[in-house]
Amino acid sequence: MEDKIKKVSIVVSKGGLDGVYPGLIMANGARMDGIEANLFFTFFGLDAITKKRMGKIKIATVGNPGMHMASILGILPGFSAFATSMMLKTMDKIDIPPVPEFIEMVSDAGCKLYACKATVDMFKLKKEDFCPQVDSVINVGKFYEISAGGQIIFT
Amino acid sequence: MPKKQFGTVAVDVDEEGFLTDFAQWTREVAAAIAKEEGIAALTPAHWKVIEFMQKEFKENGQVPSIRKLNKSGVVSTKELYDLFPGGPAKKAAKIAGMKKPEGCV
Repeated sequence: MEDKIKKVSIVVSKGGLDGVYPGLIMANGARMDGIEANLFFTFFGLDAITKKRMGKIKIATVGNPGMHMASILGILPGFSAFATSMMLKTMDKIDIPPVPEFIEMVSDAGCKLYACKATVDMFKLKKEDFCPQVDSVINVGKFYEISAGGQIIFT
Repeated sequence: MPKKQFGTVAVDVDEEGFLTDFAQWTREVAAAIAKEEGIAALTPAHWKVIEFMQKEFKENGQVPSIRKLNKSGVVSTKELYDLFPGGPAKKAAKIAGMKKPEGCV
């Protein structure tokens, strides 16, 4: 059997529920197994840690082949909100928390959270725009530094 | 089914050391498993978690997730990781004599 994984650094680069949840679940799972974990949010992944947006993340119903549904239905007003609401209810039943609660949970579990400096500059954000669980805004070089010796997962 | 010896008591365990028959669980077995898991002594805070997990399992047939433990008010997520470092859900379940938790959360 190979050596146990000791550290993972997970990049969250996409928005939407399907873009954000895999990274959060992997980070939480890592912490549950005593694995050191870092989360690095970049591009639209920043939504998951931005105070104004983290409670409003939806599932994309247009141009999303994963939905197994024609986009022409997904365009209908209210459909994305409906699909999002159904998905959140289902997740709650299997004990997966909504994004703000999940961010708090992984942070309390010892995961470190970082925002990507390039995206922060691009969207003209400030540290105050992020939830308190964010440790700092770092650039890609710093990300490689903190990931050294561990695995990097891109989502 | 492999047997494991804890002092004078022998219990049935699976390949990972989780008890397969909860009826064999005692507080002494719990303390012995805890020592193996790197917890030198079980404090009242540990016992609160263990008892809650056993109560939840009896009532709902499922080992409670970390989210449930946090929401229960019995223990916060931070405290849980302090009490059972390196894998709270698994360690607490093992010490409490329950099956390995299966969920992803």
